[in-house]
Amino acid sequence: MAALSVNGTTHQVNVDPDTPLLWVLRETIGLTGTKYGCGIAQCGACTVHVDGIAMRSCSVPLSAVDGRKITTIEGLAQNGVLHKVQQAWLENDVPQCGYCQCGMIMAVAALLKDKPKPTDADIDANISNICRCGTFQQVRTAIHAAASA
Amino acid sequence: MNYMPKIDRRSFLVGTAAVGGGLSLGFAVPFGGDTALAQSGTPELNAWVVVRPDDTVVIRIARAEMGQGSQTGLAQLVAEELECDWSKVTTEIPTPGENVARKRVWGNFNSSGSRAIRESQEYVRKGGAVAREMLLQAAANQWSVPVSELAVAKGVITHKASNRSTTYGKVAEAAAKLEPPADVKLKDPKDWTIIGKPLKRLDTADKVTGKQKYSIDFTMPGMLCAAMKECPVFGGKIKSFDAAKITNMPGVKKVVQSGDAAVAVVADTWWQAKTALAALPIEWDEGPNAKASTASIAEWLKGGLDAEEAFVGNKSGDAKDAISKAVKKVEAVYAYPYQNHATMEPMNATALYTADKCEVWTSSQNAEAAFGATVQTSGLPANKCEVYNTLLGGGFGRRTRSDYVIHAVRVAKSMAGTPIKLINSREDDMTNGVYHPITQCKLTGAFDKDNNLTGMHMRISGQSILAYARPEAMEGGKDPATFQGLNPGGAEGAFGYSIPNLLIDHAMRNPHVPPWFWRGVNNNQNAIYLECFMDELAHAAGQDPLEFRRKLMTKHPKHLAVLNAVAEKVGWDKPAPQGMYRGLAQHMGYGSYVAAAAEISVTGGNKVKIHRIVAATDCGHAVNPAQIERQIAGSFVYGLSALFYGECTVKDGRIEQTNFDTYNSMRINEMPKVEVTIVPSGGFWGGVGEPTIFVAAPAVLNAFFAATGKRIRSFPLKNHNISFA
Repeated sequence: MAALSVNGTTHQVNVDPDTPLLWVLRETIGLTGTKYGCGIAQCGACTVHVDGIAMRSCSVPLSAVDGRKITTIEGLAQNGVLHKVQQAWLENDVPQCGYCQCGMIMAVAALLKDKPKPTDADIDANISNICRCGTFQQVRTAIHAAASA
Repeated sequence: MNYMPKIDRRSFLVGTAAVGGGLSLGFAVPFGGDTALAQSGTPELNAWVVVRPDDTVVIRIARAEMGQGSQTGLAQLVAEELECDWSKVTTEIPTPGENVARKRVWGNFNSSGSRAIRESQEYVRKGGAVAREMLLQAAANQWSVPVSELAVAKGVITHKASNRSTTYGKVAEAAAKLEPPADVKLKDPKDWTIIGKPLKRLDTADKVTGKQKYSIDFTMPGMLCAAMKECPVFGGKIKSFDAAKITNMPGVKKVVQSGDAAVAVVADTWWQAKTALAALPIEWDEGPNAKASTASIAEWLKGGLDAEEAFVGNKSGDAKDAISKAVKKVEAVYAYPYQNHATMEPMNATALYTADKCEVWTSSQNAEAAFGATVQTSGLPANKCEVYNTLLGGGFGRRTRSDYVIHAVRVAKSMAGTPIKLINSREDDMTNGVYHPITQCKLTGAFDKDNNLTGMHMRISGQSILAYARPEAMEGGKDPATFQGLNPGGAEGAFGYSIPNLLIDHAMRNPHVPPWFWRGVNNNQNAIYLECFMDELAHAAGQDPLEFRRKLMTKHPKHLAVLNAVAEKVGWDKPAPQGMYRGLAQHMGYGSYVAAAAEISVTGGNKVKIHRIVAATDCGHAVNPAQIERQIAGSFVYGLSALFYGECTVKDGRIEQTNFDTYNSMRINEMPKVEVTIVPSGGFWGGVGEPTIFVAAPAVLNAFFAATGKRIRSFPLKNHNISFA
C-alpha cells in the first residue's frame, strides 16, 4: 500500500509498486488528463510535476514517488482559476487534436517556474514533447504570452 | 416530442448539449435514403440544429474531429445561414446507428481526404437556412404578420413596423411543428459574416484542463482492459499460446484469441494486461512473408521502373518518341518509404456485447465504418448495435480503418456482459499498423536543341492503396488514386504543367506490408517526385526553377497563382540573404492549389536549418483562416517529420521500428517559421487538412540542392546523414 499525494489529496493505492505512475493516475485514481503516448519517456504526453519538477510519468514507478507531491493537469488550475499557461493556450487557440497538450502544458508550466521569461533558445532546449498535429508555432507564441502575463 | 439521438448514454458525453425542452429541426440531405424518407411523407424533424429555450444553439456535426478543426468550420457554415448568435453555439456528435435508423439524414460521417467541409458544405448550410426560415415563420405566425416583414440578426427576430422582437429560443418550440420549406436560397458569399472569419475553435477549453475525454479515457462500471499482440509478420497466424502460464498473474481474467492472427489478455487494468501479455508464450506461424526485407521489396519495385506493363494515368502526345529524339535527356530515380501514422492517441475501443445489443465507444474518422464493423463482428442486426464516437487524439488516415473496433468486439463477444477496453500499445500501433505505401519513380525528361521540354515520362512503381483498402474502387485493375495530383484534369488533383508529350504510368507492385491512407496520401511522393524533378529539369536547361515552371503553367492559372504568391512573398526576384538558399514547389490535391517556398541554411553539408517556409493555398472558399493557418503549419510538421525521420523498414517480414525512439518526430526546436498566404479565389470548395503537406518536402529538398548541389532522391534524410541543425 502506497500513500500517493496527488493534487493535494492523499490516495492509498494498493497496486504493484513497479506500476508506472502514469497508469496509477489513469487506472487506479481515475485522473485521465495525463496521457499515454509512448511508454518510454519519448513523447512527453504523460508529463506531471513531482515535487514541482516535470517528469514523464510513464517511466516513473509508483515506488519512486511514495510520499512525494504530484501535480497533474487536473490540479494545475488553482481555486477555479486557470494557470497562466492554460489561459495562454486558450487565448492562442493552441490545441488541435489536443491529446498531447496536457503534457505540453505541464512541461511549459515547469519551465516557466524555472525561467519566468524564457528565450526561444530556452524553449528549444527545454520543451521536447512530441505533437503530431504540429502545433509548435502556436505553442511558442503561447509560451511567450504566458511569460508576459 | 421530437426525435432525439441518444448520444450521452452511460455518461459518455460526446457533446455538450443536454437534450430536451427545445426545438430540433430536420433537413434531408440529398442521398438515396432521404428520397425514400421524403416519399414516406413522415414529418421527420431534426438533423443539424437544436435551439433551446435559453437561445443556446446546438449544431450537430457528423464528421469526425481529429484536430483539423472541421467541427468548428462546419458549425460556422450552419450558423452563417441560421443567423444565430455564434457565442451561443455548441456542438454535439450524432451516432451512426441513429444515422442508419434515420436513412442517413446526416449523410457521410467520414473525415478523410480533406472532405469534411468541402463535401458537406451545401447540405449543412441548407440545414441552417431551413432552420432559420422555420424560426422566422413561427415568429410571423405568432405576430400575424408576413414573414417578409421580419428581420433577424444573431438569433433576435424583429418586426420593425410594430417595434416587436423575440428570440430563436422563444419561438423554437412552435417552429418545430412547422413543415420545413421545400427549398431555401443560400446566402451570397459576399454577405457572409461568420464564414471566412478567423474564429476560435469551439473545442479548446476542455483540452487545456484535462477534462476532454478521448476514447482511451473512457470507463464504465465493471469494465476490464485488454492488451493484444498480433503476428508480427503480416499474413502470419497464431500457431499456439500457453494461457496457463499467465492466468495467475495479477488482475488477469482471460486470454482470448481474436481472429487467426491475434491474442488478447484481459485484466482488471490495462497495465496488468500488458504486463501479462509480455509474459505469454506465443508461437507464430509466420507464413509466406517471413523472409521479406526492405532490400527485397526495393528490388521488386525496381523491376517495375522499366516493366512493359503499366497502368496509364495521364498521357498526351508520344513521350517515348519525344525521349528517343531528345537532344538532351535527363533521368532520375526516386524512392519513398513505408511510414507509420503514429497518432498520439494509440488505437483503442471499448465494446460491450450482450445477447441483444452491442455498443462501442471509440474514436474513428468514420463512425459509420466503425458501426459497420460492429454490426458485422457482433453478428447482431444493425438496430441492435451502436457506436459512440468522440474527439480523436489524431487520425491522419489511420482511424478510417476499423481493425481495433473489430478486435474489441471479438474480445467483448467472448465475455458477454462485460465491457472491454482494448488499447494498442505504442509498439502494437507501430509494428501492426497500416503504412504509407512504398513506391519508386523513374522520371525521364527530353529537351530539344533550344532547351524546350518536349517530353516527360514519369513511371511509378509500387504499392496501390486501393488494391488493399478499397478494391471495389479499382478501375479495371488500375488504382486511380496512384495518380493524385497527376491527373489530366478535374477538380480534385490536376497536373499543373503543359508538356507536349507526356506519359505518367504505374507498374503496380504490392508487397505484403499493408498500405493505407496517410495524411496527403499518394500526393506526398508524387509531389516530391514531380517537383524535385522539375527542379532537375530547370537546372539541366540552365533556367531559373520559377521561370522554367512558369513557361509550362500558362494554361494552369490557379496552379500558377499560388506559385507566384509564394515566390512574391519569399522575395524570389531578389537574392536570398547571405547563407540562405531557397526552393519552390507547387501541387494540387483534394481540390486545393498549394505552393511553398522554403528558405534554409546548411552547415557542414548536412545540418539543415529551415528558417522559414512560405505557404500559399487556394482552397476556393476559406471558411476559417485562423484554422487554415494552423493546419498548414501542422501539416508541415507532419510532412517534414516524414522527410527527415520517417521510415519503417522491414526485416524478416516485420516492421523494425517500435516506438518514437526509432521512429522520430519533429520537436519544437526543429520547427521552421511558417508564413501563410491564403488566396481563396472563390467559386469552389477545396480541402485544407492535407493539401499543403505535399509541398513542404519538395520545397526543402529543392532548397537543399540550391545550398549543396546535391540531389537527395531517397528518404528519409537521416539515411543520408542529413539532420536538422
